[in-house]
Amino acid sequence: MSSHKEAIKENSMIIQKEMLAKQFKDLSMAKELGKKVVYTFVPGNLTELILSFDMLPVYPEINALQSGMRKKSAEYIRDAEKIGFSEDVCTYVKCDIGMMLNGNIGPTGEKIPPPDLLLLSYTGCFTFLKWFENLERLYPGVPVAMLHTPYQEDGVMTEDQINYMVKQMKEEVIPKMEMVSGQKYDHARLSKMMENSAKAEDLLVKILESAKLVPSPIDAYFAGVYYIGPIFTAFRGTQEAVDYYTELWNEVQQRIELGLGPVTPEGEIKEEKFRLVVEGPPNWTNFREFWKIFYDMGAVIVASSYTKVGGVYDLGFRHDPKEPLESLSKYCMGVYTNMNLPQRVEMLENYVKEYKADGFLINSIKSCNSFSAGQLMIMREIEQRASVPVGFIESDLVDPRYFSYSNIKNRLESYFQMLEQRKIILKQEATTI
Amino acid sequence: MKSLEQLLAECEEAAFDLQFKRAKRWKAEDETRVIVGYLPTYIPREIIHAANGIAVGIMGTGDRKQIIKGDAYYQSYICHLPRGIIEMALDTNLEGFDGFLFPAICDCVRNLSGMFKLSNKGKFQRYFDYPQNFSAHIGGKFYIQELEKVLEDIFNVNGVRVTTESLNHSIGLYNTNRQLIEAIYDIREASPWKLSAVETYYLLRAGLGMPVEEHNEILEQVVGYLQNERGEPMDNTRVVVSGSFCEQPPIGLIKSIELAGCYIVDDDFMLGSRFIIGDIDHHTDNPLSALSEAYIHQSTFSSAYYDVGNPKGKRLVALAQRRMADGIIFCAASFCDPALLDRPELQKEADAAGLPHINFQFHENTGQFKIIKEQAGTFSDSIKLWA
Repeated sequence: MSSHKEAIKENSMIIQKEMLAKQFKDLSMAKELGKKVVYTFVPGNLTELILSFDMLPVYPEINALQSGMRKKSAEYIRDAEKIGFSEDVCTYVKCDIGMMLNGNIGPTGEKIPPPDLLLLSYTGCFTFLKWFENLERLYPGVPVAMLHTPYQEDGVMTEDQINYMVKQMKEEVIPKMEMVSGQKYDHARLSKMMENSAKAEDLLVKILESAKLVPSPIDAYFAGVYYIGPIFTAFRGTQEAVDYYTELWNEVQQRIELGLGPVTPEGEIKEEKFRLVVEGPPNWTNFREFWKIFYDMGAVIVASSYTKVGGVYDLGFRHDPKEPLESLSKYCMGVYTNMNLPQRVEMLENYVKEYKADGFLINSIKSCNSFSAGQLMIMREIEQRASVPVGFIESDLVDPRYFSYSNIKNRLESYFQMLEQRKIILKQEATTI
Repeated sequence: MKSLEQLLAECEEAAFDLQFKRAKRWKAEDETRVIVGYLPTYIPREIIHAANGIAVGIMGTGDRKQIIKGDAYYQSYICHLPRGIIEMALDTNLEGFDGFLFPAICDCVRNLSGMFKLSNKGKFQRYFDYPQNFSAHIGGKFYIQELEKVLEDIFNVNGVRVTTESLNHSIGLYNTNRQLIEAIYDIREASPWKLSAVETYYLLRAGLGMPVEEHNEILEQVVGYLQNERGEPMDNTRVVVSGSFCEQPPIGLIKSIELAGCYIVDDDFMLGSRFIIGDIDHHTDNPLSALSEAYIHQSTFSSAYYDVGNPKGKRLVALAQRRMADGIIFCAASFCDPALLDRPELQKEADAAGLPHINFQFHENTGQFKIIKEQAGTFSDSIKLWA
């Protein structure tokens, strides 16, 4: 079960903690600082654009996952269900609404201010639309800017789609940002920020791709969610993000030089027994227990789809200072959940091969259809194409009622036994040949 | 000439023909004809008709087909509709379909489009993205581009290019179709005993699998019959049923509501056929633009569509008031995020308007209706006694 030992922290973790503390401090003092607050979403976010107007972004799904980790989500979800939300629907939404009903206290214990602008970046998740319709009614009178990101239906981004997005930004999003912030759109400033974005993205890709080494110096899922934190949220485009990723990359390089395994809350993994690719978000309510099942078994996640929900930089995308709005459009359309299923399968298949994974595992989230619908087909496809054992577990994002430690542990133990057995057979076959 | 009862029996059979025989027969008469299957809710069927095709609504298997393989593709917490559709795709039901359209109404339907792509079902599979920007020169233009993609898909199958004339003609036919459907709802508003909700359901659903010309003929005859008296008025409560725009409730459920003492004076069961309110211009030089304008300015409300500036709660209340409904029954499929996420707000609006409401959830293959009948009966009684 869960360890209550103090987690071991590296310098980059301390830096990230300080960045987040400052972010939430700034948010709590937004009014005093004269800053406007924009609520938006992680996938397909327009962080640089928001920051270029000196506004502060808030990401409701980050608040929800933080509430999950702080064991607050059960209460918030219950309160949302009391006002009529069904047990069946997205728990991020219910947690966020419950948090609002309970005073909107953020992860640092400080109050998150109400929005001055609701920026609905509708990317890769239909529920985002419903979520913001609800927020629109909970914050009456707050302007809403909608940015509709076309789905990559054909697996490509067309010029027409890019033009559609750029037009929306120019005629819908930016005018509302100008109105709320009282500032004019500054193309040069946005462009400059994108130079920082690209630098941080280069570093993030190096960090994530270090997991191609055997043994891997990082865990690209459980630790990966921390690595993506700054770039997927309020810091993309800032010098702080570049500094953070520089520090993190230095640490990863040191680990490579010393031959060290991934950092876990209980120190380095001493022996990498299994290399896995994981599809689907993690469970947040029992995050550390969940992770511990893996590192206790020597299982390292070498690649994951969840660390691509805020951008698929490893597939080559970079924010482009020369074309900031076009670049933001491509970024939004490219995020993992906006990719069609054949694209997702291809990406995951390549991960299994390129990262030399022993297996492919799905953590299916009860209340996230954007990920979960179709996962069983994805699993079959990967099994056939990559010829690796596949595993399937179920949990939820932030509803603790759907995290069953024993069930998950039993399934994973059986899965690891299967992987172990397969290794023995493969070894025997290699010896025979 | 067929009697009303014969027409209704014909529609009942057509509505639940999961082999879509009528559409397949129609296609077999000409090699340039195509069948394009579409999922709920709305597809501008006019463009498919103009391209010498028939748009066939695939509304799920309901309780009419045992799901064996489909369940292996979906977790228990995904709604029932897609597993029935996968079952049909893996069986023979959708053989002969040339393509499939998946409207942008939720993540399940979106990802189902990818599952069809991975399985190479049909000659094309397309996720049909609706614009969420409602300016004609931005969202309207995007919508036209989406229409053009579908037309190109069909052209690649049958080599038919639509013309202004063919599109205008098709739009005209669907205008008639919508007028006739609304005429039936208006008749039922005044005299709901003349045609039950179940019979209405058969009439509308049958139209999703036959040429619009044939459907119009049936509807015209039915409207004619309904000018006469039929049935006896009863002291029932008048309700609007809301939330079943995608996965369809089993007929037993609709019957149970009626048997519990409720006249369903409006509903969103076959919303796609009623999605555009009023006529679309069919004397135009630019019919694609007319379809786009209609989508942007004449769409009805639904949980599956963003309601910027025109909240659906208020529109639902206005509909209930127009139909002189005594209450609203929120009847959504389990695990239907769009409908269930809307429910608190819709209930709030109903409360504000003094409209009593109840809610329940269903699966398309729900087999037990006793509790639903009791709930609906109590609801109806409470309105009669206390409202």
